[in-house]
Amino acid sequence: MSRRLANLFHGRPRLQVGALLAGPIGWLVVGYLGSLAVLLIAAFWTVDPLSGEVVRGLSFENLETLVNEPVYRTIIGRTVAIAALVTVTDAVLAFPIAFYMAKVASRRGKAILVVAVLLPLWSSYLVKVYSWRTMLSADGVINWALNPLGLHGPGYGNVAVWLVMSYLWLPYMILPIYAGLERIPGSLISASEDLGAGPFTTFRRVILPLVFPAVVAGSIFTFALTLGDYITPRLVSNNQFIGNVIFNNISNNLPFASALALVPIVVMVAYLLVARRLGAFEHI
Amino acid sequence: MRLSRRSAFLLRAAVAVGLAFIYVPLIVILIYAFNASNVLEWPPPGLTLDWFPKAFESESVREALLTSVKAGLAATAIALILGTLASLAVARHRFFGRETISFLVILPIALPGIVTGVALSNTFTQVLGIDLSLFTVIVGHATFCIVVIYNNVVARLRRTSSSFEEASADLGAHTWQTFRFVTMPQLRTALAAGALLAFALSFDEIIVTTFTIGAGEETLPIWIFSRLFRPSQLPIVNVVAVLVVLISIVPVYLAHRLTREEGGATAARGGRGERIEGGGVETEATAVP
Amino acid sequence: MRTQDAHSTRTAWLVVAGLLAFMLALAGCGSSSSNNGGGEELKKVGKGEGQVNLISWAGYVEKPWVKPFEEKTGCKVNNKVAGTSDEMVNLMRSGQYDGVSASGNATERLVDGGDVAPVNVSLVPNYKTIFSDLKNQPYNTFEGVHYGIPHGRGANLLMWNTEAVKPAPRSWSVILNPKEAAKYKGKISVYDDPIYIADAAVYLKVHEPKLGIENPYELNEEQFEAAVSLLKEQRPNVGEYWGDAAKQISAFAGGDDAVGTTWQYQYFELKGAGKPVAASPASQGFLPEEGATGWSDTWMISSEAAHPNCMYMWMNWIVSPKVNAEVAEFFGEAPAQTLACEHTENPSFCKEYHAEEPGFWKRVYYWQTPVSECGNGSSDCKNYNDWVKAWTSIKG
Repeated sequence: MSRRLANLFHGRPRLQVGALLAGPIGWLVVGYLGSLAVLLIAAFWTVDPLSGEVVRGLSFENLETLVNEPVYRTIIGRTVAIAALVTVTDAVLAFPIAFYMAKVASRRGKAILVVAVLLPLWSSYLVKVYSWRTMLSADGVINWALNPLGLHGPGYGNVAVWLVMSYLWLPYMILPIYAGLERIPGSLISASEDLGAGPFTTFRRVILPLVFPAVVAGSIFTFALTLGDYITPRLVSNNQFIGNVIFNNISNNLPFASALALVPIVVMVAYLLVARRLGAFEHI
Repeated sequence: MRLSRRSAFLLRAAVAVGLAFIYVPLIVILIYAFNASNVLEWPPPGLTLDWFPKAFESESVREALLTSVKAGLAATAIALILGTLASLAVARHRFFGRETISFLVILPIALPGIVTGVALSNTFTQVLGIDLSLFTVIVGHATFCIVVIYNNVVARLRRTSSSFEEASADLGAHTWQTFRFVTMPQLRTALAAGALLAFALSFDEIIVTTFTIGAGEETLPIWIFSRLFRPSQLPIVNVVAVLVVLISIVPVYLAHRLTREEGGATAARGGRGERIEGGGVETEATAVP
Repeated sequence: MRTQDAHSTRTAWLVVAGLLAFMLALAGCGSSSSNNGGGEELKKVGKGEGQVNLISWAGYVEKPWVKPFEEKTGCKVNNKVAGTSDEMVNLMRSGQYDGVSASGNATERLVDGGDVAPVNVSLVPNYKTIFSDLKNQPYNTFEGVHYGIPHGRGANLLMWNTEAVKPAPRSWSVILNPKEAAKYKGKISVYDDPIYIADAAVYLKVHEPKLGIENPYELNEEQFEAAVSLLKEQRPNVGEYWGDAAKQISAFAGGDDAVGTTWQYQYFELKGAGKPVAASPASQGFLPEEGATGWSDTWMISSEAAHPNCMYMWMNWIVSPKVNAEVAEFFGEAPAQTLACEHTENPSFCKEYHAEEPGFWKRVYYWQTPVSECGNGSSDCKNYNDWVKAWTSIKG
């Protein structure tokens, strides 16, 4: 039976590709993209205020509101800015750890560090955010440690969101950079040193260009995860992110929520296209 | 690589600071798991082991844990199949639209969870008219888990030469046999590492799950979310979080060992000393003097 | 590897694109929302279906009275606690739940959206002895048809930390008057829901009578703008907008917030944990000077209830004298059941909570859904969508 099936596929690469792709493409394109399209079409509809019934007539009202009302620009700006900040922060924090793991640690040290970095991914996101919430509270750990020194913790707000998000997504940045650094053969580095370059020059001109795509790969996660989150802003700040406004509008104004959803989708698609161009997709 | 003494020290210090940053909040969670009082204050008034047996006894915890494991296994299985199929097509064939597949596969994880969640929920309830249940949760999770498997397998396939498969065909094996006896063994560890990460993603997912889960079911994150603010339940939540982390040390370590494959087919590619993702062949990285 | 014939794979992609387009068409035409009509009234309560899925406010569905219910009827209770009426409406729309304890700013939307079915009150024996000023109200009876069973009512409270806020406030101005609110900058706790705009309107009704506000839910352009600006001035002083009762409890307990709007549930939980909180005295009915917004909640049944018999059993149970007394005392609200007053542990409970005084409740403005039709005949009042948009811009 399996031989007969195999004979069917033999010499017919198109059939092979078709059979291989039918499942994944069906799932992703028809199922996933289809669902997205169905949702986003609603961006051009409106809603009857009392009954909540969606009125399926073509209308640009939602997009006009997004453009004209300044509050949405503020919210979108805030979300994107913090996403970018978190990405840069994580890149800076992740690099020494990843470098140490890839190039300096012994075999056992490497194993321990990999486990140590991956373990936090297994502790619940919610519990971690809540732990930060208590740490940042007026009577929490941070103030308890800083007050004797005459300092104040950041409390809740944008700074808190930035801190917590940088914390949450750090492992997602460490892993690709680590993998990327590992791929750099030691011989390249030795050659650079033999040619007379000091460590900083080697870093700047040999290592950095080679590992940059991996950094971009990691940044996809830190940026995307920050862009879409609404739970962390709600727990450690009063400020609204794009996700919060979408969430608030889902029940009574789904078309408007869909219009809002267009924004992070457009931003992420653009980001992914740039990332792909920079070679990041090889490093995820 | 030779680093000066000062650079080496700075590097070590940076690593220490980074690790401290990662672990301080987890230690806080650990301490609160022993908190003697219901109210969260710092420092905690006293320590107690009482919450551990309470967590074990709690039926809702066990049910939520079981549901999460079921969903995770099912989603990982689906992702394994779909991810492997897609990566085989992409890495071993050429066809119109090949470049787009990588893009397509990463979309579910790159787009905000709330968008994915609402879109899927909308499709299930409005377009297809089916009830939300564990099945719909699994569908949602599998969708964003595909990319994890896909990337691992594509990376592995790119590194292993297709000449082995061609040789196998020349020796008379048909498509199935080639896949079973030649391709699969090379993929095993990539699949294992991918499966572990996919399971972890599904296990801890909250946003898409919120929108796709039915009325009577709870995965562990949903359970945690509903108990997070109730003072009487919070220590149990902390206990559960700590236990999950401790239990996961073993599979994480195993996955690391598995991906540290030595040589094999990759060495045949000219001995560039390339690594396989996450581990691999030793290079001449020397420890800092 | 052999290259492919581009033509036929291109065809394959076209097929996929076609399927995609088909899906869009399906969404556009075929998919009506799953609410068709409002469902039908049950004619007779039969055997229990084994479970019932509820949506409720925190503190309404608790073990002490759920367990006996489950034992008596065999209906297992699955309860989802929601923080705002918007959440409740959203959950009900999914059709996955059997019933909800809806406030007035949700009931009309649920009825209009066809998400709830009329309630056959003859099937709920305990309905007969419900307080008469809770029956046939505009928030639970629509065009003469009953849509729910009253649960209980209460006012939104002003709560403060007695150690941080002195002297004890008697008016909402402590959080709404910009000068007074600035004293507690960063420590004010406000309900995170557009309906809070009505609280500002209640305040302005007394402090700026020129605006002529009658019903805080029926606001014309001028009145609405005044309320919204007041809240925008409050924004810098707000410590936290709470959308979840337990979130506010942890904020007050941790010292992050010191004064704000709350429900009795949080107040009693904090008191029970020994925290130094206080609210306007019970003798005042927990109302500051200006009066307060409040709620009168109704148990409604879903038009797509999978377990209607259990739901009717629950509705009858929750307003039975002993249980309604338990619920009312646990949460801290006025019961809906007249006979409950004989079963409360505190014999003067009903008196303290003004359960039997219709006159008292005139100062409480029950939550209701803002619509364009103002009561006085004109149609230029702000509707709920306007409130939601304004709330987004208030929070910024």
